[in-house]
Amino acid sequence: MTPEERQAFEEELYTFVGRPLHPEPKRSYDAVNEAMIRHWAEVMGDKNPAYTNAEWAASSRRGELIAPPAMMYAWNQEGYAVAAEGRPSDGLSDLVAYFDQHGFTGSLGTNVDQEFFAEAKIGDALFEDAIIEEISEQKVTARGRGYFLQTLAKFTNQSGELIGTQRFRVFKFIPPEAPPKAAASGASEELEVPTRIHAPRGQDNGWWWDACDEGKVLIQRCKNCQTLRHPPRPMCGECQSTDWDSVQSTLDGEIFSFVEMHYPKFPGYKYPLIVAVISLAEGTRIISNVVGIDSQDVKIGMKVKGKVEQVDEKTMLPQFYPVEA
Amino acid sequence: MDYQTLKYADVSVGDKLAALDIDISSSLISCGALATRDFEPCHHVPKVAQDMGLPDVFMNILTSQALMARFVTDWSGPEAVMKALKVKLGAPNVPGMVMTVTGEVSEKDDDNRVVTVNVTGENNIWGMHMEGSVSVQLL
Repeated sequence: MTPEERQAFEEELYTFVGRPLHPEPKRSYDAVNEAMIRHWAEVMGDKNPAYTNAEWAASSRRGELIAPPAMMYAWNQEGYAVAAEGRPSDGLSDLVAYFDQHGFTGSLGTNVDQEFFAEAKIGDALFEDAIIEEISEQKVTARGRGYFLQTLAKFTNQSGELIGTQRFRVFKFIPPEAPPKAAASGASEELEVPTRIHAPRGQDNGWWWDACDEGKVLIQRCKNCQTLRHPPRPMCGECQSTDWDSVQSTLDGEIFSFVEMHYPKFPGYKYPLIVAVISLAEGTRIISNVVGIDSQDVKIGMKVKGKVEQVDEKTMLPQFYPVEA
Repeated sequence: MDYQTLKYADVSVGDKLAALDIDISSSLISCGALATRDFEPCHHVPKVAQDMGLPDVFMNILTSQALMARFVTDWSGPEAVMKALKVKLGAPNVPGMVMTVTGEVSEKDDDNRVVTVNVTGENNIWGMHMEGSVSVQLL
């Protein structure tokens, strides 16, 4: 899109703001009823008697059953036609089509905020009155380049009483060329469990990881001046020799410093996650994890002992445990 | 059965709710979509979801909302009146995952006896599925 094309695109785009989704408030096909509530409550595992136990409800403060507030939007959904014939056209589908025509075919629901002002009762008809409330400026996110659009729906009952509002935010974006993930070949109920992020193995460090895979932590040693060094690198910092061999660490050490990783949480890592710099008895330091201890009990200077362990399906790593005093 | 509802005075900011593990099955996803009248094929036809780059059918938003709401009303009791339900969506829930839902009281509004509980639902494969808050008026 050239700057001129973008300007023309946006000029028309923002005319959608304020447009209604339906020519007039849309009435739910079914009045609020016990059968649909019970069906919903069964699936969600929701045993709240306010929704399904008429006897209890009669003796409660409300004196009658209510619809689950989280069902508010469900009553006005289109139904099976969506699967059989596709979503019928409304004010929002016109906007979606406009985005799609200009390459913003990706669609991602990001937020749904509901506020409730009254509880829907059995027999209530719900009317949905919705508009396109806002369209953001163009944004670039991890998903791609696009626009956030937000609809505002107001739900009232047959007496015009406001039951609640819903703001629904969707990101419409230009999707990346390749699909994000190769689809598993029909492998329902089987998921690949994520593993830790792997260190790239090159000529200078591959030997260290290969030893780790065999349960050993090696420390590189200069053949010329015997200085130990870690992490692995081709040349001795003391004497510039490129001749080296290695010694095996006993993994006796103490905590030099540490952090606890809170956020963002990465798939494949176990939490709480303590990342520590360990001073090894041999004199070098290594970055590793401290495990087998409550995170609030980890202290600088604490004695630890390492073991090389399989931490996930694909990864061997030294993990350090506190040494009992 | 005797149902208890929390009293506003007995709840403090920082109170934690007991965590809830929910097995995410094909049945929960498809039946949850239908129970919320969401007939989009990506919630009940695996092939359609796979064409979107996902391994299988994925949970619809209304089911996530329902599970978040239920998590809080299970704790508050049935006389609590829900005032707000705010959900930010993250990674999809697909069959085979387990979602752990946790919550903590984050706010108290003394004038209206409304407490707000921050809720997070994390699945064991891709992490954060939903985070948000549920506000309920207590006795």
